[in-house]
Amino acid sequence: MTTEWIAKNRTTLIVTVVVLVAAYVFYYAENGIAPSMYTSAWGYAIPLVLAALVGVIGERSGVVNIGIEGQMLVAAFAGFFASAYSGSLVVGVLAGIGSGLILGGFLAWTTVRWRMDQIIAGVVLNIIATGITSFYYKPGKQLPGLMPSFDVPILSKIPLFGPVFFTGTSIFAILAILAALFVHFGLFHTRWGLRTRSVGEYPSAADTAGINVERQRLVNVTLAGALAGCAGVYLSMDASSSFERNMVAGRGFLALAIMIMGAWRPLRAFVMAIFFGFINAVASQLQQSGNIDLPPQLTGTLPFVVTIIVLAIAAGRVRAPAAVGQPYIKGDE
Amino acid sequence: MTEVPEYDPTPVGADTAPEHLEAIATSAAVLELPPEKSGFGEGNVGEVLLDIEGLSKSFGSVRANRDITMHVRRGEIVALLGENGAGKSTLVNQIFGLITPDTGTVSVRGDDTPIKDPRDAIRRGIGMVHQHFQLVPVMTVAENLVLGHEPTKAGQVLDIASARELVRTLSAKHGLPVDPDAEVEDLPVGTQQRVEILKALSRRVDLLILDEPTAVLTPQETDELLGVMKELAASGTSIVFITHKLREVLAVSDRVYVLRQGAVVGEVETSTTDARKLATMMVGREVVLSIDKADATPAETVLSITDLHVKDDRDLGAVNGFSLEVRAGEIVGVAGVEGNGQRELVEALAGMRKVVSGQMTLGDLDLTKANPHQTHHAGVGHIPEDREKHGLVAAYSIADNLVLNEFDQAPYAKGGVRNFDAIVEHAEGVRKEFDIRSSSVHQSSGSLSGGNKQKVVVAREMSFKPRLLMAAQPTRGVDVGSIEFIHRRIVDARDAGAAVLLVSAELDEILSLSDRIAVVHGGRVVAEMPGRGADRTEIGRLMAGDH
Repeated sequence: MTTEWIAKNRTTLIVTVVVLVAAYVFYYAENGIAPSMYTSAWGYAIPLVLAALVGVIGERSGVVNIGIEGQMLVAAFAGFFASAYSGSLVVGVLAGIGSGLILGGFLAWTTVRWRMDQIIAGVVLNIIATGITSFYYKPGKQLPGLMPSFDVPILSKIPLFGPVFFTGTSIFAILAILAALFVHFGLFHTRWGLRTRSVGEYPSAADTAGINVERQRLVNVTLAGALAGCAGVYLSMDASSSFERNMVAGRGFLALAIMIMGAWRPLRAFVMAIFFGFINAVASQLQQSGNIDLPPQLTGTLPFVVTIIVLAIAAGRVRAPAAVGQPYIKGDE
Repeated sequence: MTEVPEYDPTPVGADTAPEHLEAIATSAAVLELPPEKSGFGEGNVGEVLLDIEGLSKSFGSVRANRDITMHVRRGEIVALLGENGAGKSTLVNQIFGLITPDTGTVSVRGDDTPIKDPRDAIRRGIGMVHQHFQLVPVMTVAENLVLGHEPTKAGQVLDIASARELVRTLSAKHGLPVDPDAEVEDLPVGTQQRVEILKALSRRVDLLILDEPTAVLTPQETDELLGVMKELAASGTSIVFITHKLREVLAVSDRVYVLRQGAVVGEVETSTTDARKLATMMVGREVVLSIDKADATPAETVLSITDLHVKDDRDLGAVNGFSLEVRAGEIVGVAGVEGNGQRELVEALAGMRKVVSGQMTLGDLDLTKANPHQTHHAGVGHIPEDREKHGLVAAYSIADNLVLNEFDQAPYAKGGVRNFDAIVEHAEGVRKEFDIRSSSVHQSSGSLSGGNKQKVVVAREMSFKPRLLMAAQPTRGVDVGSIEFIHRRIVDARDAGAAVLLVSAELDEILSLSDRIAVVHGGRVVAEMPGRGADRTEIGRLMAGDH
């Protein structure tokens, strides 16, 4: 079993080992840039991980969610202003998660119950999100405090991983790691996962096996909204302590690309998110070092250029859930 | 339906045939079952399990089921026979809770509360094997089998080990071997069918509905399935069996309900009927089951295929050194289990698929590199296997579909402008000649029934008098009346001097039409024989790769 598994995943294993060794050597090579680059890479990756998981859960159930961008934006807005007005971080976080859930429910209801076109529903959600957050935006507000940061005992002592992932970390960083593990386990090792995948692959098979296709999709898309909420709250309350118009800046869409590159698998998406975090860190390093004379707008496009290249490579190698984007219509409707 | 002339039906009545009673007594399946599940104890035999009263269902203006009344007893095999569109699937889908009836009741064991959904049907002991397999292709056999009633440990965690065990137990109990860890999409259709049956049996099933289960099976696999059905019935499971193959009805069922235009037009004990009577009841008129045809008078070679190699969609060799000649005035039937390169062969001949190597010529024209336009103008008529995908443009009218090949030719177009009068006139003539039942030639072809759609395709491909007619599964999913008609036209085309290449997974069709039979296996012709007097079992054996 194990030898078979090693043989099957040989390329993946070799790449993993090489990358880890390279990362380790670079980190401890006393060049002064690596630690900050790694931290910034992970910081950039956290919302991408959470948002990609939203995409994975939705598409594995057969619903395309291109409204993640809007969900994040509204959650960032709600979280920031709720805590600014109430004076409580907890209230802010809850408001952010709640708004994610509400928008998840909106998307689920319109696409699953009303069978609205999923792309259009997502676009509508994004437009509404931009409109609302710009309209009600008030400058000059401040958070009542900083989100707590802490070291995770024991884990923070691990070389390379300890300092990057578990030192001076935040609840959202830990949440991103746990959520990826949890969703992976859920999808592939639980009853919920089997049913979710069947609904996303071949809904009529699920229906004839006695599974309520609509309910499974409604619940999944709605609950995934909570993760989108966390991603948004992280942006306005943890990564920075301010809300700005359009501050999600395409991360919701990037997350969908990461979902595809991760082949709709949570752990691979996690790795891909870190890869993109690293690309971003390289981009900002290029900008700061001043060795290369490029306008920041151009280096800022690096993650998206890489996205196009990687997606072109990935196309045809990964397969989407078969029923993604299609509303399920029962026999006599 | 085409019947082999020499076929002698030997119906097995479940309640009467002695070998059947013996099967009950000795069947291991029965002995293993706990008494409360076997249902075959004293007093249970003959008890009415399913009772349907006055069931009606309409879709828009179409009355799919009209006042249907039927019942099924415990341990009985009931066949539902009918043409396409007779309402068989609609009927069983209502029993399984996929469709809600407009009026009428379905009662299971006397309980006549409406069946809300499949979950409810399953709970009441109804299992169904669907015409289109309801299996998730990317999941394993074990995962598919337990879907909806998953064994779990610690609350939610999937217990895949016991799922595998369940597959093995069921598999052994019913003699249907499958590998629990195989992914469904890698399995041949016959095995997928087994998985479907095991899936239904993995829950407590009193009534098993089989919706056209033999459509995709080889003759051997069909026999195996019929055997399983008898064994299940012997252990007390009732079976409702949908088919339009009379041979199977006669071989396995106890009773037959015949449906026509949504209503039950006859109910007979199988032992008191025969194929001819059933076909007449089904169609409502006398049907010629075996086509009368004169001996072929083959003339010059029209199609010659030499050492052809073609790849399939997954880039694997599908046609591997195929050689065959078809002469004018003969029908050559290509018999084989589906997936042995027939589709790729026909697509290559039609110019729809690239030829890797080898040659095909039509008379002295080389068609190896021709595109579909060129093959058509070279004189090849092509009745494609998948009429929805390659045969028709569903949104176009019948008239437009009839000139798909020639829309830019006179008289249908002049100077790049279409001539609608000529198109409609042509369509009116063809509609009459081919008996295409529609409100007008302007009706969209997508709204026609399967048989009428196929007639549109057949009419188009035959009306330009092709030198070579390629017919791939020409009567798939087509009702008995239309089958008879299409077969007649194919023979007429031959008599008019066309070379006919018939590719079909229906052995009956091959046997009744072909002047010469080529058996394919693994993308190669493994045997050729004259059509007259060809032996069914022998061909079945060759098709299965035993040569």
